[in-house]
Amino acid sequence: MLTIKNLHAEVEEKQILKGINLSVNAGEVHAIMGPNGSGKSSLASVLAGRENYQVTQGEVFFSGLNLLDMSPEVRAREGLFLAFQYPIEIPGVSNINFLKTALAEIRAHKGLPPLDAKEFLRLSREKQKLVEFDAQLVNRSLNEGFSGGEKKRNEIFQLAMLEPKLSILDETDSGLDIDALRIVSKGVNKLRSENNAFIIITHYQRLLEYIVPDFVHVLYDGRIVKSGTKELALELEEKGYDWLKEEAREKATTI
Amino acid sequence: MPNDNEIIDNIANKEYEFGFVTDIEMDILPAGLNENTIRYISEKKKEPEWLLNWRLKGFQAFQKQKLPEWQNFQLPPIDFQKISYYAAPRNKKKYNSLDEVDPELLATFEKLGIPLSEQKALTGVAVDAVFDSISIATTYKDKLKELGIIFCSFGEAVQEHPELVQKYVGSVVPHSDNIFAALNASVFSDGSFVYIPKGVRCPMELSTYFRINTENTGQFERTLIIADEGSYVSYLEGCTAPMRDENQLHAAVVELVALENAEIKYSTVQNWYPGDKDGKGGIYNFVTKRGICKGANAKISWTQVETGSAITWKYPSVILQGDNSTGEFYSVAVTRNRQIADTGTKMYHIGRNTRSRIISKGISAGHGNNSYRGLVQIGPKADQARNFTQCDSLLIGDQCGAHTFPYIESKNNTATVEHEATTSKIGEDQIFYLNQRGIDSEKAVALIINGYAKEVLNQLPMEFAVEAQKLLSITLEGSVG
Repeated sequence: MLTIKNLHAEVEEKQILKGINLSVNAGEVHAIMGPNGSGKSSLASVLAGRENYQVTQGEVFFSGLNLLDMSPEVRAREGLFLAFQYPIEIPGVSNINFLKTALAEIRAHKGLPPLDAKEFLRLSREKQKLVEFDAQLVNRSLNEGFSGGEKKRNEIFQLAMLEPKLSILDETDSGLDIDALRIVSKGVNKLRSENNAFIIITHYQRLLEYIVPDFVHVLYDGRIVKSGTKELALELEEKGYDWLKEEAREKATTI
Repeated sequence: MPNDNEIIDNIANKEYEFGFVTDIEMDILPAGLNENTIRYISEKKKEPEWLLNWRLKGFQAFQKQKLPEWQNFQLPPIDFQKISYYAAPRNKKKYNSLDEVDPELLATFEKLGIPLSEQKALTGVAVDAVFDSISIATTYKDKLKELGIIFCSFGEAVQEHPELVQKYVGSVVPHSDNIFAALNASVFSDGSFVYIPKGVRCPMELSTYFRINTENTGQFERTLIIADEGSYVSYLEGCTAPMRDENQLHAAVVELVALENAEIKYSTVQNWYPGDKDGKGGIYNFVTKRGICKGANAKISWTQVETGSAITWKYPSVILQGDNSTGEFYSVAVTRNRQIADTGTKMYHIGRNTRSRIISKGISAGHGNNSYRGLVQIGPKADQARNFTQCDSLLIGDQCGAHTFPYIESKNNTATVEHEATTSKIGEDQIFYLNQRGIDSEKAVALIINGYAKEVLNQLPMEFAVEAQKLLSITLEGSVG
């Protein structure tokens, strides 16, 4: 589904991704961990097409298409979803109206007509229930005045509504209390299927107790320095990142 | 300057040459402004003596006044002698079907979602006898008549209801109010007249569009609306369709009179030609709009969506004379390219316990310049008067400007006056967020703008609000990215 080859990227002339290689197949959940400033969120931004990130080298294929050639909205319509670390507030635009517009765009891209009001409402109710999203928040202005937890849960609700192929969750667990974390995880688990894939970016192993990944990668200094299965996350929890930093440094000097 | 005889000769010849009733030719007075021009207009309209005298007083006032210098823009020189002050009844070009109409105009109608029958009426296509809007208008007119509501052209009102016109014309915006109002008083061509009798709630939105016998009198229009005790009326001016006019200067006057317990809601959508990208051409829209809450518990509410014109310069105001009366002003003004808007409101609190609310939303894009200018004046007798002002500016790009000039004068220490102001930019973050959900930047901006202007758009009558929403999006097309 997603193939990243030797991806280099910079922001404001500072190199932040220094050769990422990663393959994600349908049905898989990949966790990306790593210390602060290692490039985790940057990777998410580059994949979603944020403007101030320049790709200097490498390529990315998404469902066989050259992802880097597409505008952010086309990437989204092709089925790439980013759950934002800091969801944006848009005053006066109702959550539901926004979702209606987004869904219509995505459907139009697939050559489908927009859902009629009734179908849309039914879908919205169904997904609200699925991810336990508060019905009152649906009609409020998009993220305006939402608590941190409500914003994150809104991201998952949007994810449920838009049914992307690949979802990137950028530190969705940060700022969540344990109950919210459980609800968010439950939602994601319900949405997991054979046909979609998730990349979960997180600092902590905690989230991975709820959303069990198939693979865990450690990002350090713009590179994936270690990959493994869910046991790697536990090891990191126990030992921290320092031993990996050491390893990475040694590797760098030997090269 | 030609002498009187020459003018009259000219006119006589023209009349002879082209006649009054032909479809295509116009009856037009040579450019120039003097007493004879005014006498000519008044005579043409078969006006009574008092109205002519009133016009002449207006002209005297006009001659004494100078163009203002306090505005926040460069006022282009205006040669009042180069304007022709009487043109028309001007017949628009007639078409047999919409196929003959400029496709670009039709595309805009399409985007605005204007119904077919309305499109025809706006472009001058001959309308179907059964489904046409004129017949709808006639039905409405009968209904209004039953209720005793008068809704007609100003000229008609002068003929049919002179006592009402004489009593109220110039009672809110005097003939000498300001140079443009004085000009309007002396040469006004026509306009609308509305009278709602005591206790009557007008059952429909009155709109200029449904006024039959409409003459094309855009340049110096005069509107007078009187809501008698306990009555209610909602009036719509203009339309979302793009309006082109060769007359550059528009100096209209609107007067609203709300008696005890009466309410007037006045909504405007202004989409005149804004000029080209470099600011060439475009309408100067210099309008004086004022209402008076004459009796206790009266209410006047102005709502405006201003997207057109090269320069928009107006301050719809309310004089809160009656105790417990309420004045409201809701405004969205968009400027792009080289457009200028210097607009806002004035609330004069005179009576006790009077309230006013001002919500102004400016949007500037391109090289557009947007100024909010507002006056809240609390008189010595306006005990417990309250005002709330919220004045927001939204900037798109880094070449545009937003300015705020709030004036507050309070002569009563029991008054409460609140002013809030914000300036924001459409964030790249906001656009990216919407992009990431599959929405392109153009639509993203439209969504954000409509969200921003929602408080004002919500004040518009339903169908109008939907059109206005689309209008905002279309107006700002191409402003981002």
